[in-house]
Order: sequence, then C-alpha cells, then structure tokens
Amino acid sequence: MIPGEQIFIFMQGLQIFVCQFVCACVCVCLKKDKLYTNVIVSYLFSACVSLAGFGNLMQDVLWCFSQVKGTIDIGVTEADIISTVEFNHTGELLATGDKGGRVVIFQREQESKNQPHRRGEYNVYSTFQSHEPEFDYLKSLEIEEKINKIRWLPQQNAAYFLLSTNDKTVKLWKVSERDKRPEGYNLKDEDGRLRDPSMITMLRVPVLRPMDLMVEATPRRVFANAHTYHINSISVNSDYETYMSADDLRINLWNFEITNQSFNIVDIKPANMEELTEVITAAEFHPHHCNTFVYSSSKGTIRLCDMRTSALCDRHAKFFEEPEDPSNRSFFSEIISSISDVKFSHSGRYIMTRDYLTVKVWDLNMENRPIETYQVHDYLRSKLCSLYENDCIFDKFECVWNGSDSVIMTGSYNNFFRMFDRNTKRDVTLEASRENSKPRAILKPRKVCVGGKRRKDEISVDSLDFSKKILHTAWHPSENIIAVAATNNLYIFQDKVN
Amino acid sequence: MFASVRSSGSRLPSSVELNGSQELEAPASLRCHDLWTCSPLVPECRLWDPVHMFLTPVVPDWPFYNLDTMFVRGLKRKCFDGEEDIEGTLAGIKAIPSYNLQRQSLLDMSLVKLQLCHMLVEPNLCRSVLIANTVRQIQEEMTQDGTWQMINTQSTGQASLDRLVSTDILCRSSREQAEGKHVPGYTTYNKDFEGDQAQDSSETMSTASSVQVPRNLQSNVWEMENPQENKGNFQKSLDQIFETLENKSPNSVEDLFSEVDNSYYDLDTMLTGMMSNSKMGHCDGLETFSSPTATASNSNCKSDLNELDHIVEILVES
Repeated sequence: MIPGEQIFIFMQGLQIFVCQFVCACVCVCLKKDKLYTNVIVSYLFSACVSLAGFGNLMQDVLWCFSQVKGTIDIGVTEADIISTVEFNHTGELLATGDKGGRVVIFQREQESKNQPHRRGEYNVYSTFQSHEPEFDYLKSLEIEEKINKIRWLPQQNAAYFLLSTNDKTVKLWKVSERDKRPEGYNLKDEDGRLRDPSMITMLRVPVLRPMDLMVEATPRRVFANAHTYHINSISVNSDYETYMSADDLRINLWNFEITNQSFNIVDIKPANMEELTEVITAAEFHPHHCNTFVYSSSKGTIRLCDMRTSALCDRHAKFFEEPEDPSNRSFFSEIISSISDVKFSHSGRYIMTRDYLTVKVWDLNMENRPIETYQVHDYLRSKLCSLYENDCIFDKFECVWNGSDSVIMTGSYNNFFRMFDRNTKRDVTLEASRENSKPRAILKPRKVCVGGKRRKDEISVDSLDFSKKILHTAWHPSENIIAVAATNNLYIFQDKVN
Repeated sequence: MFASVRSSGSRLPSSVELNGSQELEAPASLRCHDLWTCSPLVPECRLWDPVHMFLTPVVPDWPFYNLDTMFVRGLKRKCFDGEEDIEGTLAGIKAIPSYNLQRQSLLDMSLVKLQLCHMLVEPNLCRSVLIANTVRQIQEEMTQDGTWQMINTQSTGQASLDRLVSTDILCRSSREQAEGKHVPGYTTYNKDFEGDQAQDSSETMSTASSVQVPRNLQSNVWEMENPQENKGNFQKSLDQIFETLENKSPNSVEDLFSEVDNSYYDLDTMLTGMMSNSKMGHCDGLETFSSPTATASNSNCKSDLNELDHIVEILVES
C-alpha cells in the first residue's frame, strides 16, 4: 500500500481505540460488571486493529511480476532495444521508444469486476514509426533514429499527444481513436474510386457507421534544425504551451504551435571550443512554476534558472554542487560525478539527480549539499578502471519518483534495479528476469556480495553481467505500478494486492 | 596482469631493477632480466600484451581486476620526498613506477578511446569531453611531477609545458561542429608536422598518409552506401585493427618502421609517441594503426582523413 493508505488505516484504528478507551473509563467509573467485560474485549480488539494499521506502516511493499513485453530470443536485435519509457499523466497509457525509431503505446485494460484481485493489464494500443534514420550530407554523418525521450502532454480532448525526439528532431504526435466511418459518399464509391458524374442520378447524405476501433498516430508538428548537438532531454512546461529541448551545449524553448522558430535560453558553448570542459546532460521544467527550470552538467552540478530574469539564462539563480570528498578522489572522480538524469519531485520542492554510483535528493532551498544520498552500487567503486575500459562508466542511468515522492527508483547492472524508501531509509534490490516471470510471483530481493564468503542467494560482483543494464524505468503517477526496460524487454511490476 | 614497463622505460633510471618487485607480481615464466633490450617479438619477454589489454571481454572474465587493485594501491602512494635516505629513496622509486605505470596506461587507454571513437555516427560529445578532461588531469599531474617534462626533452627536443593537449585535438567531434574554427589549427599542426623532420617515425607516417588518401576516397564511397553495416562493424573493426596489428606486426610494421627502434612496436609506446607528438595532429597516430590494416571496412581512420580533406577543401573554396 502506498503510505497514504497505511496512515488512513492506522488513524481509523486509532479512532476506535480512543473511543473504546473512553468507554472503558466510563464503565470503570460506573462499575457495571457485564458491560465492563464487553468493553474490555472490544478495547483489546480495537487495539489490535490500530496496531495492525501501525504494522502496515512498517511493512515494505511487496512487488510482484505482472507482465513482460518483448521476445525471449537470445540474440538481441539492435533496433529492438528500448531507449525510453514513460507513463502518461493518468497512468492509463505507457509509451516506449526504441533504437529503431518506433514508439509503442500500451493501454491499461479496465479492471474487470469478475477478477478484482487482478489489476488492469497493459496491452498494445498503438505502434508507429516516429523517426527515420537520416544522413547529414554536410558532415557525412548519420543521424540515428533512436528515440531519446518521450514526454506526454496532459490530455485536453479525446486524443492523446506526445513529444518524441531523436538526436536532432522533436515531433509532436497525435494518437486518436476512430470507431466510426462515413459511408455513402456521392462522388466516390465504397472503394474510393471516383464515380462518373454522369452516372449519379440521386444525392444522399453520408452517414456515420460504426467500425472496428482503429488507433491512428499522426505527426502534428515537426520541430527540426534547431540543434547542432545531440538532444538529450525534452520537458513540457506547466503552462502546456511551451516546452524545452536540451542538447549538449544549448537549451531551446519552443511553442507548440510554432515549428520554424525557437528561443535559445541557455548556451554554454565556449567561444573557443578548445576550452570546452562541461556539457549539459539533462534538463527539466519545474512542475508548477512555468518560469523555473533546472539543468545538470557533466561536472556534477545543477543549475536552476529563472526565465524572468533575462532572455538568455546563462546566469543561474541557484547553483547546486556538493564539495568533493578528498578521500575518494581518483582519476575517475569527475567521470562518476557526471549527472545522467535530473528529476523534480511531484511536489516541486526537491530534485533528484543520478550520477554513476549514487542517487542524491536535493532541497531547492539548500545549494551546498544534497539532503539525502543513496548508494546504488558502491561495490563498483573498485572496478572503475575496468568499467572505464569497456565504456560502462559512461552509461546514463535514469531515476524516477513514485507518486507520493516517498520512494525513488533507479536501475543498475545485471538487470537489477533499486528502490529507496525515503521515510524508512530502507532499500531493496530487485531483478527483472524471465525466471521470476510467473504471474503474480513475488520478487525476491537480491543481494550483491562484495567479498569474502558468498551466501547462498547472493551474487558476487565478478559474476555481474554488465551487458544487462537497466537504464530506463517509469513509475505510475498514482499507483504502485512500475515499468522497467531491460534491453529489449519491458517488465511491468505491481505491488501485491491482498 | 600489470601495465607495461616499457612505456615508462625512458623515464626510469636504468639502474633500477624491477625484476622481483612485488608491485609487478610477474609470473616467474615471464620475468625478464633486462627489460630494456627485450623485444616484444620474443614471447617470453612480453610482459604486457598490448592487444589483449584493449580487447577485454566484458562478461564474465575480469582480467583487469588486478589493474583496479593497482589503481587502488596507486592512490595510496606515499609522497616522495627528495631528502629521504637511500632506503627510502629506493622504496620511493619502487612505489612511484607503479603509480606512473597506472597513470600512463590510463592515459594511453584514454587516448585510444578518443582516437577510435570516430564512427559514421557522430560520437558522443559528453563522453569525449569526460575522457579529454581525464587526459588533461593526468597531463597536469605529470607536468607537476616533472615526468611530462622528461618526455618532451627526450622525444622532440622542445621542452615546453604549453604542450598540454587541448580539447581541440582530443575532441575531434566537437571541433567539426564548431563550423571551421579548428581548421586553422589543423593547418598549423600540419606545418609543424612537416617541419619536424628530426623524427624518423614522422617521415614514415607522412608517406603512409599520402598512400592512404586515394584509398580513403574509395572506401568512403563504400561506407556511405553501407552506413548501417558500418555502425555495427565498429566493434569488429576495432578488433580487426588490433588483430591485424598483432598478426602482421613482425613483417608489415617492420617495413613501415624500418628506421625505428624495435621498442616502438609496442602499442603503448606508439601511443606515447603519438601523445608527445600531439602537436602534429592526432590523425597521424591513426595512420600508424591503419597502415597495416588492409580491411576496407575499418572506417575510423579513413573517414578521419577524408573529413580532413573535406575540411581543407571547404577552407580553400571559402
């Protein structure tokens, strides 16, 4: 249960407990024997209920397998590798983008009343080719069609809108349903062929007849040619009229209606490229304040900017950086401090950043250090040279908040992903694998042993599979449903429903 | 597993006996009594296998675990104070080579990464910048140690501390995107390269480059038709580079470097030489890799040279 529910049950139990206690006191005062016994029994009962509620607070969520999408083939087609996962604002739709430029949207089925213990499942709703590979003839370089990010727009009518981007171009897609089609045109027959006008003897009004549900995706806007470098993030503003796209050195602000212009709001390109030492790695708008956004850099810093101060937000309003720990200094210190993802909490009060070995939660009001730091896989600290050699040290992991901002999740290697509860300070490591793929099978927590004796269920650091990495995860906006992308498979896990 | 001693051989006093040093942990069969005259062609004397250092399979073997331990140890090295007694001096010398070796191997690795990250798809700018920063950090440290100074005096005769390699050279991709800013730099470097005739290796490199150019144009046309294949071939081409380098090393490399010492066969030394001659432009280092390789599918070096031609053409036209 999400903590809100747990507190509710606890409070209910507490209320009963208090009432019964008062009654017990009254009975003692009045000295009515039979009533006294009954009250004592009900008092004990209510105490148990409240304790149960309290006990629920301490209990961790049990995650169990729900679905897996994708093939079981041993050989992975490069184009099938999932590169982004995103729930929409209600959680009804789940979109994934892959390296082949395709977007697949899953829709949650309505919960059936016959099977209340099964939550709605996600089934394919629509799939379309968002981006095609392009060739830049001027530079003799190919532009990959890999979808870097997908962001949903809040729903304003019957259609769904999402932004998808590859390295250079952002596209706005409209996904709409069609379940009626017009029949009875005058100038065309049913096949679409034009009728000979001289053969038409009477006029009729076309009528709408029901048809099989068809979901069609159409590109409504194409925002191209604004980025010299690779786009790494897009973020929809809370005014729902603008959005920003960030590449390695610049951030551009777009209006959804205008595709041939964008405003450049951040530019960190040095006049002399020889002096380039820092790039932008991620950017996001504040969830409530449409003038505020943050961007992270490869040097481990986060800058918060206010667009009201100036047109070009080169000067930050806040600068978040944690001073380096001199005892941990090595040649790889800078590389592992590079932030790969930054996310605002739903409340807008905190930001979470992911660097190679840790996840940090920052309070917007405190710039000199994060308020919480969680070690994701500190056992890799001694392996940094090998990870540098095989390029794993440059992997960009993402991180997500849950709906109530109490739990954060991020991925690791060997298809492990980690969850940290900010309230209880407990963490758990789970695995997305086919072995745990029985319906509603509870996921067993995994553990990595660093050295010395390896216990039965533990896995040693040297046996970790570094080709199986979980970079992209998503959490349902209000429920405990998570989507985890493991290379070419998408796993959906839910919490255990009693 | 231990880093190459040969690469730092030019910087260590010849009297230091590294045989039996505990930091190296050399198996008895591979121990060599006199490291400085040992040739890599003799397998028994090959202390460090340059090819397999860079061909590590990711899973499940970890041949570099020892390298990591070395790094851990290196970080804890003691400060070497010049006023220590003889015992302390010897201990200091023994500790420093280990750290220097690690640092050198990391530098070599980083340079290889930067040079060989050129594919048909634009390389990741963030990765390039991070590697370049690491290289710069190592070079600054080496400058402070005085080791950088020693490389310069020995190889080119120009002891200049301003020769820290800038991002301009290292981050090739970012420079291309900076609409022609780097081109004047390129032509400058070419002039320096041509003027520096003291190096035998530079002569052979220049001849190699002229040979490569016509081949590059043909192969580049081929690459444009098969962009998808080339993307997937990056790993293969990287393996191919080193495999052919190793296989053909006794013959073709010998022909190429007939005037050069045998000790320059080692990958790391070539890299060190490339690094110290960085003013000439990093493309030359690529040519030393590509020359023995006959495979047309290796797009890395050839596309670089082709891009260079493109850029020069654009410059000339404008």
